[in-house]
Amino acid sequence: MNLDFTPEDEAFREEVREFLKEKLPKRLSEKVRTGQNLTKADMEEWHAILNDRGWLANHWPKEWGGTGWSVMQRFIFETETAIAHAPRVVPFGLSMLAPVLIKYGSEEQCRHYLPRILDGTDWWCQGYSEPGAGSDLASLKTQAVREGDHYIVNGQKTWTTLGQHADWIFCLVRTSNEGKRQEGISFLLIDMKSPGIEVRPIKLLDGDYEVNEVFFTDVKVPVANLVGEENKGWTYAKYLLTYERTNIAGVGASMALLDTLKDVAQSTMRGGKPLSEDPFYAARLAKLEIDLENMKTTNLRVLDAAGAGHAPVAESSMLKIRGTEIRQEINDLMRRAAGRYARPFVAEALEEGFNGEPVGPEWAGPVASQYFNNRKLSIFGGSNEVQREIITKAVLGL
Amino acid sequence: MDFSIGEDRQMLVDTLSRYLADKADWKAREAALESEAGYDKDMWQGMAELGILGALFGEEVGGFGGSPFDIGVVFGEVGRGLPTGPFLATLLAGKLLEAAGDEETLGDVIGGASIASFAHEAAVGADGSVAEQTTATKSGDSWTLTGAKGVVDYLGSADIVVVTAETGGGLAAFLVETGASGVEVRDYPLVDGGAAGELTLSSAPAKLLTEDATAIDAALAAGVVATAWEAAAVMEVLRDQTLEYLRTRKQFGIPIGKFQALQHRMATVSLEIEQARSAAINAAAFFDGNAKERDRFGAAAKYTLGKVGRLVAEEAIQLHGGIGMTWELPLSHYAKRLIMLGHVLGDEDEHLARFIELSAQQTGRAA
Repeated sequence: MNLDFTPEDEAFREEVREFLKEKLPKRLSEKVRTGQNLTKADMEEWHAILNDRGWLANHWPKEWGGTGWSVMQRFIFETETAIAHAPRVVPFGLSMLAPVLIKYGSEEQCRHYLPRILDGTDWWCQGYSEPGAGSDLASLKTQAVREGDHYIVNGQKTWTTLGQHADWIFCLVRTSNEGKRQEGISFLLIDMKSPGIEVRPIKLLDGDYEVNEVFFTDVKVPVANLVGEENKGWTYAKYLLTYERTNIAGVGASMALLDTLKDVAQSTMRGGKPLSEDPFYAARLAKLEIDLENMKTTNLRVLDAAGAGHAPVAESSMLKIRGTEIRQEINDLMRRAAGRYARPFVAEALEEGFNGEPVGPEWAGPVASQYFNNRKLSIFGGSNEVQREIITKAVLGL
Repeated sequence: MDFSIGEDRQMLVDTLSRYLADKADWKAREAALESEAGYDKDMWQGMAELGILGALFGEEVGGFGGSPFDIGVVFGEVGRGLPTGPFLATLLAGKLLEAAGDEETLGDVIGGASIASFAHEAAVGADGSVAEQTTATKSGDSWTLTGAKGVVDYLGSADIVVVTAETGGGLAAFLVETGASGVEVRDYPLVDGGAAGELTLSSAPAKLLTEDATAIDAALAAGVVATAWEAAAVMEVLRDQTLEYLRTRKQFGIPIGKFQALQHRMATVSLEIEQARSAAINAAAFFDGNAKERDRFGAAAKYTLGKVGRLVAEEAIQLHGGIGMTWELPLSHYAKRLIMLGHVLGDEDEHLARFIELSAQQTGRAA
């Protein structure tokens, strides 16, 4: 066994680092590093920089503008960008819709939508969950009834992340009530400017607005916006779960955060000595670091198998569960490090251009909000309970 | 042995519970969070008029309670109703006014005419540096204080602050008027609602309350009892709300509470909450013995409530799923409060270390 990356991979890592050094705007990496809120324009700016280099849709096939990178190269890219505090790439169009279009959409749909995802013309959001259909997604009720050349869509989607910015939404809709519930679902692309769509923001527990409810009242959608075949939408939705999700564990993001956490533990005094020398805190930090090192190798093993053609299903679930737990543990240790100073909430300090004095240690401002906000990690994208069900069935055969 | 809280305290609980249900409902809470003070001043005044604040202090200084169980049940209702307001600040400052026998000032606080806060821990700067201990200087018969204190509850609304400072002969408690010269206040809202502030004192005039440092320890110990009882009550609310959700939310055609994986997690949560409740009871029950025993059980309670608090808050949100993440659902506010109570008067690790140290002293071994 040998855990070294190949010389080619190492050369690639250098290339990515060079690129980041040159092209990642300090303004953006500072916002990410300090936990300030990213605006739509910030995210679009980073997308455009990556797109100029041809690296935005690095996992797409080459003919559609992808890079042809190996899974290992993608892992390296994702890790390095996270360590450099680059903004994350918004996944809805690039990583969620595009693979479905490429595999199941028509040539025409690919030619129309994919370039618009790349150049930022269209911002996509995801219409899967409904108030009554969360973990039990197949019970979704939003209905699309065919009338001539259109579907008439009625219903409600929820937890639509960044839907407030979106031009388009890809939706799972019910086109049949017959047979198994999964067999009456279709995959539909809907223009957010269509009459009858209403977006209502949902305020989250940290006071932030990033998810929405989307209401559909007699929304007319051209039949041409159906992806693949009618009533086959569940298959397409599931494809996303088996699609190689190299970054689901967020190892790079966790490594970057762990670095910050270690700095914080060293500069924070508790009872006259640095927190990093407090036996209880040091133990928490050590256990986290061990878990992350283990996760890194678990992730690489999965990638290695994926590179050899093994589509990870249950492995993705394992990476998702432990990856999100690690992220949440980092958030937990950050808030613990802040002590009393986790309590102040100066909302303005989380916006760009804040010139005021921070309250307490300068890193402490967003830590409580991030801790609460990132409770979502174990809920969304298939809750960790649903992921455990997948492992139970797919790996353990129970 | 008797685990009932007794008739008088039950009446107090009923009065406070009814009052909060009426005056501190969800709409009132939203308005309070939006306000500059971070709490509803009318509610506070009404509560003072009902005599609730008097329950935190002894009869000899104009209160009508003051025992650890009196404090516990009041803060239990604060936990259940989740109003914002200077409850803990009033208790901590008031305990030192009580120790100093300053009946007049305490009377104003109990009656709601004066808002009191308590500034004990040093401020921390942007670079993580901890401010020097606040010092007290005597000139003739009068004292002045210089130093910086951090995250002082409801400082922006306070008329008076009880400040701890080093006299050269030890830690003492002083009374400072926030309107006095040399007093600088920077206030801000808190993550779980309410407000606090940074206090900077530059030769600010102060009145000596007590040079008995054990009175400061006793006040902090009372604060530990209060936060423990508050946290235990918040946990019970979260448990009840989560149980209700497990019974009514349906997925896959059945209530999600029918899934064994969730049932067992809820069973663990409820077991841990009972342990936390017992820890809170212990903290009150061993309060009036010797100070080491009091502090050992206080540390045990804060450790337990911090540890269990995280479990309960996180599981309550997780078992609710996305809806548990929303502002609109009171549950998320209780979860935030519970986590933040772990950031008040020391966290679970600090109290675990304290427990070990106090236990070692008790058995005569070096810590």
